[in-house]
Amino acid sequence: MAQHTFRVNGEAVTVDVADDVRLLWVLRDVLGITGPKYGCGINVCKACTSHLNGKAFNPCSVQVKDVGPDDEITTIEGLPDTVGADLHPMQEAWLERDVAQCGYCQPGQIMAAVALVRKVRAEGRQITDADLDGIRNVCRCGTYNRIREAVRDGAERM
Amino acid sequence: MAGTTLTVAAEIGGAEAASAAVPTLPQVPELYDLGDLQTHSALPTSQLIRITVDDAGIAHFAIPRMEVGQGITTAAAMIIADELSMRVEDVRVTLAPARPELLFNQLTGGSNTMQSMFTPIRVAAAIAKGALLRAAATALGANVSSLVAKGGVVTAPNGSRRTYAELSGLAATSTTTAVDVELAPTTSFDVVGTPRNRVDALDAVTGRKQFTMDLSVPDALPTMVCRPPTLNGSPRSVDNLAAVRRMPGVTDVVVVDTGVAVRAATFGQCIDAVRALRVTWAGGPVEGQSDDSVLRRLKAAELPMAVPKVPLLTQTVDMRFEFMFRSSAALEPNCAIADVRSDRATVWAGLKAPIVAQRNIAKAVGLPVAKVTVNVVTGGGSFGHKLFGDAAIEAAKISKAMGKPVKLMWHRADEPRQGRTHPMATSRIRATVLAGQVLTFEQRHTSIKTDFSHGLGERLTALASELPAGLGNLGLAESIFTLTQELPYNFGVVTQLLNEVDMGFNTGSMRNIYSPDVACANELFIDQLAKRLRKDPLAFRLAFLRNERVKACLRKVAEAGRWGRSMPAGTAQGIAIHSEYKGATAVLVEIDCRPETVNRKIREAVTGPRVTKAVIAIDAGLVVNPRGLEAQMMGGVSDGIALALTSSNHLQDGHFLEASWDNYFYTRQWNVPPSFECIVMPSDAQLPGGAGEAGVAATVAATACAYARATGTVPTRFPINHGTVSFTPKTFVPPVPPSPTDGLAHTY
Repeated sequence: MAQHTFRVNGEAVTVDVADDVRLLWVLRDVLGITGPKYGCGINVCKACTSHLNGKAFNPCSVQVKDVGPDDEITTIEGLPDTVGADLHPMQEAWLERDVAQCGYCQPGQIMAAVALVRKVRAEGRQITDADLDGIRNVCRCGTYNRIREAVRDGAERM
Repeated sequence: MAGTTLTVAAEIGGAEAASAAVPTLPQVPELYDLGDLQTHSALPTSQLIRITVDDAGIAHFAIPRMEVGQGITTAAAMIIADELSMRVEDVRVTLAPARPELLFNQLTGGSNTMQSMFTPIRVAAAIAKGALLRAAATALGANVSSLVAKGGVVTAPNGSRRTYAELSGLAATSTTTAVDVELAPTTSFDVVGTPRNRVDALDAVTGRKQFTMDLSVPDALPTMVCRPPTLNGSPRSVDNLAAVRRMPGVTDVVVVDTGVAVRAATFGQCIDAVRALRVTWAGGPVEGQSDDSVLRRLKAAELPMAVPKVPLLTQTVDMRFEFMFRSSAALEPNCAIADVRSDRATVWAGLKAPIVAQRNIAKAVGLPVAKVTVNVVTGGGSFGHKLFGDAAIEAAKISKAMGKPVKLMWHRADEPRQGRTHPMATSRIRATVLAGQVLTFEQRHTSIKTDFSHGLGERLTALASELPAGLGNLGLAESIFTLTQELPYNFGVVTQLLNEVDMGFNTGSMRNIYSPDVACANELFIDQLAKRLRKDPLAFRLAFLRNERVKACLRKVAEAGRWGRSMPAGTAQGIAIHSEYKGATAVLVEIDCRPETVNRKIREAVTGPRVTKAVIAIDAGLVVNPRGLEAQMMGGVSDGIALALTSSNHLQDGHFLEASWDNYFYTRQWNVPPSFECIVMPSDAQLPGGAGEAGVAATVAATACAYARATGTVPTRFPINHGTVSFTPKTFVPPVPPSPTDGLAHTY
């Protein structure tokens, strides 16, 4: 066992867990932060998508030893705080369009959407159909069209 | 029966182009369908539901069904809000635990929840409102009939008011009395029929919505199972039990019938331990089998055609279609929490048939049913997968063997490989045609056995002798087939028969059961009939359809989707219909099969032909929540596209190759139709039909028809790209892949 210190949703945390445990399990099983979901464990389904220092990443594929005290992990639970509001504009767009069905993939979808909008904006352009086609997050309920609409809507609100 | 026949005869007389068509007698589902069976099974106990209004004015209802994303908690809240004259926001709908006294009235399936519960919920809410009004009459000194309830407030003619919060205590009584209620006419709804967002949407988008694996049960540590390399194999011996027990985080390792179970501090450490186990396995029932060998078994079991005597010069059209195995797994994998003690057990899981699960758990751990508490947890999708308590039963066995609470999760790789599937099937169709008429239409559907052991089966058996059309003589699967399959065309003598082969596969009723395959075969065949009779697919269908609701849907999508518009070579439209769940659907799709589209490159993706537009019209009877209905149609279209084009399991040497969402190609964003439109048809029906599964069948069919028209080749094996294994299969021993460690190289 080893101690690992990093930041989650604005707070410093220290966990006592083996070096190679993936962050998804540190978040869920050790810290009790259950917004990021398990859907595959091999960085394919993207249900666990969260942010590391503002960029989308998948904690199922990062060992706890690879983050340090200066690294800030944001999960869906901490997303509103990044804009100092009760809800992030992307979450508002999601609600407006009633995107969720079962809801299981939705935290990952929203975190991916926010990162995509930031990335596209940094490239100085608008979201395209190709950008939307490139979203890898699986939604087994198939609410994909509402996701596409909400990403565009959320981009305008951000 | 005679009366119904007469009714249908009248319909035939009214059909415009049907003068050229040979009428078909009504089929079983037109008289009595699976929904009727379920609703009637639920009736004797449907009054055993309860709505409670608390002293904060909140109405509570524990629905004896399972929410899996289909929106029944929202619909139930809307119905209650309407009948109780209160705000939807003040209604809380939770999921009832297993309630054995409900007998056959706790099965979530067959898109039946609204069909069977609409009226019972209204009655319960109306009773509650009556009690509140009587209490208000006493408190306000006014006649009940003079009071007006709105938004959870009762107002007397003189303007004095009481809230439900104030009235609930006064209305409460410790005695049980029988009361009669009169339900408001369906035309007076304020909430029902209006588009509403889901009641759990805020929880879903904030990560607060809790699924089984998110529950915190003391000492229920993460648990996984090392599973066999072949389907339903079993462990013979383990070489390194002691060593694995000493691995970091691991607390317990036990051998169970399905494999070797590992309990650890984190799921990550469970995965490491599962990968480290050295197990000798027995092969299982399908050892050595492959797609081809199963197809041969099916072919051998196909029932013969029996075309009645037809005139000389009659043309015969024959086609045969094959449908591969498909995984019904949801994004939330099989999972359950179990705490089994010597004298009692408590289980938490997503269960669509919790009473059956409770009984099976009790049997598995050797406890009386009454000592087993089964809590139903909202599911991260189901698609039929959660009809069975596979994970709940397995978790209970493991908890008993370890003597500790466990939180069991299946690895993703376990799902397509060992989880429930839609069985492989074939469909043969033969029709005879003479002088522009279809004289006969015969379908022989042959399938690997569909497992219906989740409870409806017993009710069907119990009711068999009372069922119409000689159903009592049929086997269980044949009965369900007969109760769901309807070919709403005037094709003369129509017979649709099912035969099933049991080879020991794990199967179940995947969303829409037989219909996606049956409809796909039928509608493709019908396009070929139209071609032979030199008719346009739309005109042919309109000429032969004998169901006005189906026709209305078809006309609607043809108009909205601009049927027949000119399109570039390599692209085409397809159009198809389906009739089930006391409703009707029609779908128009446009597909792009041009090489530049088919070969478009997306990392680790199966691209292929793309459906570029989907228009679906649904007549679902009385619609409780049009926004929820549209969501279900969107999901049904996503499912249908996957079933037609991309999603299947490949059986090779006794195991399924798929182990990842990048192997099992459910529709992903790169295959979503950029244009989607759902049209909810107006209906004067007094009751809701089914919604959750209604969008699938016609979508598969329309997509297949469009593909055939775009490429000039009629596909006969589904999904269309099954012939190519476009991935490297993951390891079978160990049974799960390692989690990557390079996640930081893929941030964006």
